[in-house]
Amino acid sequence: MGRAHAKELSRSYAKGVIKVSSKFKAEDFKGIALSEEDFKEKKVIFSDIRAKAYYAWTAGVAISRFLSELKEGKIIARKCNKCGRVLIPPRMFCELCYRPTDEWVYVKDTGRVNTFSIAWIGVNASRLKEPLIPAVIEIDGASPGMGIYHMLGEVDPAEVRIGMNVQAVWKPKEERKGCITDIKYFKPIK
Amino acid sequence: MVVKTIAAIKRRVAIVGAGMTKFVRRAKETGKELAYEAAKMALDSAGLTLKDVDAVVIGSAPDAFDGVHMKGEYLADGSGAWRKPCFRQFDGGSTGVGVVPTAFWTVASGLSDVCLVVCEEKMSSCLPHPQYAFLTIYDPILVRPIGLNVAWNFAFEMKRYMHVYNVRHEQIALVSVKNKRNALDHPCAQLAAKITVEDVLKSEVIADPVRRLDISPTSDGAVAIILAHEGLAKRLTDVPVWITGIGSGIDTQHWTDRDLAYCKYLEEAARMAYRMAGIRNPRKEVDVANPYDPFDYKELQHAEALLLFKPGEAPRATEEGVTERDGDMPLNPDGGLLGVGNPISAAGLMRVAEIFWQLRGEAGKRQVKKDAVIGVAHAWGELMQKSSVVVMQRG
Amino acid sequence: MLEVAIIGVGWAGSKSCTPDLSFQEMVYEAAVKAYADANVNPQVDVDAFISADEDYWAGYSIFEEYVPDQLGAVLKPTWHITGDGLHALINAYMMIRSNLFEVVVVESHSKASDILSYAGIIQHATDPVYVKPLGGHPFYIAGLEMRRYLYETGVSEEQCAQVVVKNKRNAIFNPNAAYPAELTVEDVLNSPYVFSPLKALEVSSTAEGAIVMVLASGDVARRLTDVPIWVRGVGWAIDTPNLDGRDWGRAVYVEVAADMAYKMAGITNPRRQIHVAEVDDKFSYKELQHVEALRLCTRGEAGELLEAGSFYVNGELPVNPSGGCLGVGNLLEACGLSRALEVVLQLRGQAQGRQVEDAKVGVAQTWRGIPTTSGAVVVLSTEG
Repeated sequence: MGRAHAKELSRSYAKGVIKVSSKFKAEDFKGIALSEEDFKEKKVIFSDIRAKAYYAWTAGVAISRFLSELKEGKIIARKCNKCGRVLIPPRMFCELCYRPTDEWVYVKDTGRVNTFSIAWIGVNASRLKEPLIPAVIEIDGASPGMGIYHMLGEVDPAEVRIGMNVQAVWKPKEERKGCITDIKYFKPIK
Repeated sequence: MVVKTIAAIKRRVAIVGAGMTKFVRRAKETGKELAYEAAKMALDSAGLTLKDVDAVVIGSAPDAFDGVHMKGEYLADGSGAWRKPCFRQFDGGSTGVGVVPTAFWTVASGLSDVCLVVCEEKMSSCLPHPQYAFLTIYDPILVRPIGLNVAWNFAFEMKRYMHVYNVRHEQIALVSVKNKRNALDHPCAQLAAKITVEDVLKSEVIADPVRRLDISPTSDGAVAIILAHEGLAKRLTDVPVWITGIGSGIDTQHWTDRDLAYCKYLEEAARMAYRMAGIRNPRKEVDVANPYDPFDYKELQHAEALLLFKPGEAPRATEEGVTERDGDMPLNPDGGLLGVGNPISAAGLMRVAEIFWQLRGEAGKRQVKKDAVIGVAHAWGELMQKSSVVVMQRG
Repeated sequence: MLEVAIIGVGWAGSKSCTPDLSFQEMVYEAAVKAYADANVNPQVDVDAFISADEDYWAGYSIFEEYVPDQLGAVLKPTWHITGDGLHALINAYMMIRSNLFEVVVVESHSKASDILSYAGIIQHATDPVYVKPLGGHPFYIAGLEMRRYLYETGVSEEQCAQVVVKNKRNAIFNPNAAYPAELTVEDVLNSPYVFSPLKALEVSSTAEGAIVMVLASGDVARRLTDVPIWVRGVGWAIDTPNLDGRDWGRAVYVEVAADMAYKMAGITNPRRQIHVAEVDDKFSYKELQHVEALRLCTRGEAGELLEAGSFYVNGELPVNPSGGCLGVGNLLEACGLSRALEVVLQLRGQAQGRQVEDAKVGVAQTWRGIPTTSGAVVVLSTEG
C-alpha cells in the first residue's frame, strides 16, 4: 500500500484547482436505455440462463417442534424466564436477553390483526382479479406484539380492520403435514 | 458499547470525487460496464487515475438481480479492482450507504490512501421481473410457503405508520409529488414527473394502501465515489467533504414481532452517527438530508427516526414545505429514489454522492437554497430492519 | 500504533452434516463459546459485528437479515461482507485500528448440506455471457489451473496426492475435523480423475460449522485475556474474475495479499519468520501453489519440501496442521476463519495432539474457490 503518496499521483492538475462536478453536462452521464420492445423483438442479444439453485433448508430445534405441533393443530411458543416474553415464532435463545429460552408454551390459535394489506398484485407481481389479504397476526397467549405472518380469509376486504379478532382455519388433520400452510388462513371471530 | 468521536479517529477521511450513470429501467450496458462508467467518472472528477487507487470497495444488493453468484467477484474488473485489495459489502437496501463506512475505515486505519467505492445494480437481468428476486428474501420455512411480496410487506408498514400516527395518504403522497418534481432537474432521472397528490391517490392499487405512484421503480445503474485521507484530500481539492459520522443499526430477524410504525434501528444508527459527528441537535445542525425513499411513506418514517422531526410530525412538515429545496430542512432535493430511480445499492450511494455535490455547491438546479455545510445520507434495507447513516461536513 | 488482537474464538462443527440445528442455532453455539472465551458480554461490551456469507450459499437473498439475533447484535451496528470470513476479520481489524471501535465480533458459517445443487451454484458464479452458456461442472476450472501449475513448476501428481495424505492424517488429531482419514499416495492416485489431472480424492468435501471470533484493541485485549493473539498484518486481493485474462499457473491474488500483510507485519523472510501456516487447500494442488505464493518457499519448490517432510506437523514449516479444507472440510465462506482458528489455537498452545512446537508467528490464508481469483492473508503472532 501507500502507492498513492501525493507526490506520486498521476494526475496532471494545477494545484488547488477544483474540477467542479456540476460542470457535468447531461451527456456526460453514461447509460443506454433499452425499451421493452428491444427485448421482445430480440433487437438486443442476451443470454438467457436459469440458475440451478435448489435447497432443503434445515428447520432446526425450535421450528421443527413448531411445525410438528401445527400438524397436531396446535401453536407452540417458547418462553424466556428472564424477560418473561412468550416468543412466537419460537426460538431456542432469546435475542434480547441473549440466553437460552426456558420452556415450551402452547398459545391459542386466535389473535388480533396487527397490520394487513389488500393486495391486488400476487406474489409474483402479476395482477389479481380478486385481492388477497396478507396480515400480521398477534397471537393470543404470546407476549404483546408477538405475531406471525399469514393470510386472512372468509372476510370482505372492506371489513378488515387493525385490531380485528381472528381465528385460525386449519386444514383437515389428514391433510396437515407439518407446514405453516397447515393453517389455511385466519378468519374473523364473529 | 463505545462510540468514539470523529476527533479520536486515526486519520480524517474525505470524499474527493463522485460519478454516476443514468438510471434506466433496462440498460444496454452489462453490470461491469455500468460500474466502469461510474468509476471512471468519479476518478475523472477528482483528477485521478486507477493507478492512484489502492483499494476498492464494491457495494451491490442481491446476487439474484444480476443473476450472478459472488457478484462482487464478477464486478471486480469493471470496478477497477484488478490485482488490488477489494471486497464487497452487502446489507440489502442499506448497502449503498453501509458501504461507505467500510471504505472509511479502509482509509482511516491507514491501510489505504485512496479508496474507490463502486455500487452497481442491474435489476433488469432478473426475469420475468426483478420482483422475483425479492421472493427469496423471506424465511423459507415460515413465510415462503404462504408467499409474500415486498409491496405487501411495505403495505404492512405503511398501514401501521398511518394507524399509529394518524397520518393520511394525502400527506404521504406529497412526498412522491415533491421527489418526482425535484427529479425533473436531475440529468440521470428515470421517473421525473410533474404530478399531483390526486394522481398518486388515483394511481393503480398495488397492495392497499400502496399505490403505483407511492413506489420507486426497478432500475439499472451505478454510482461511484472516491475517499482519500486528509493530507491527500487537501491537495486534491479546496472543498473536501469530510465524513464525520457513521452509524448502523439492525433489528431482530423476526419481523412479525417488530414495531412496524417506528424505525428504532434507524434511531440507534442515527444517534451513533450524530454522537460521532458531535451533533447534539440534528434538527438545527443538519442542513440537508437524504432519507431513503423507496416508498413515499419511508421518507417520512426515516426523517423521524433520523431525529429530524418528532415521530408522526414529518407529514405536517412536508405539507408546510419545510422539506422542499428552499425549505428549512430539505429532504431528497435531487428527487431521491422515487424520482431518479432505484438500482438498489447504486441508489443508496447516490444519497451520499448527492450530499457531496450539495455541500460543494455543485448540484446545479438541484442546489438547496440555504448554504449547506452538514448533510446526512441514509439507506434502509434487508427485511425492513437495517439502516446505515453517514454524516458529511464541508470544510 | 494501534494494536489489534483476537481475544476469543468459538466454533461449532465442523461436521459433514448438522440436520438437527438451524444455522441460527449453530451460530449461537459458536458465539456463546467465543464470548465466554473472550470474557465479554455481547450486548454490553461489543461495539460492532461483522459477518461474511453469500446469498446463494445460504439460499436466501439478503442473508444478513438473519444474522443479528444469534450474535446478540439486535439494535447494534452490523456490517456484512460477501466474502470469506477472513475478509470480515480484516474489516474488524481496520475498524479497531482506525480507533473507531474497541471490541468487534466476526462471524461466518457454512450450512452446506442445505444446498442440493452445489455445482449449479458454483457455475452460477461464472460470467453469464462468456462462460455460463458453455455449461459443464465448474470444477473443470480447477483442472485447467492444476494442469498449468504442474506444467510451469514441475510439481508432480504424486506430490499433489501427498497433500491429501498429509492433511487427512493431520485431521485425525483434530476433533473439529469432518474428514479425517489414513490414506496412501496410491489411494489418491488411484481415485478416478474428475478433471484430469485432478482426482476425486484431491477435492475437498463441503462441511458445516460456524466460527465466531472476538477482536479487541490492545488495551482491552490485555485487560480481558492472558493469551491475546495479535493481528500483525493483513492483506487481501482479487486478480481478475475473467477466465481469459487470469494467470493460470500462479496465485497472484495471494502474492499481492501476502506482500501487503508481510510489509505491515515487518516480515522480510517469511520462511524463517513464520512458524506455522494454514493455507487454502480446497484442491490438493492449491496448497502447494498457495505456499509458494506466500513466499514460504521458492516457486516449484513446494512439492519437494512436502516430500522431504517439511510441511508435516513436526517438520521445518508445518502447513495445515488442522487438516485444512481436505481434512476439516470445505466450510464455504467460513474456510478462512477455520484457517485462522487453527493458527490461534496453535499460537495459544491449545492444539493438543497436533501442536506445533514453539509456534509464535503464524499465517492464515484463504481463497474463495472456483471460479474466483480472490483471497486474503492474515499474519498472527503471540507478541504485540
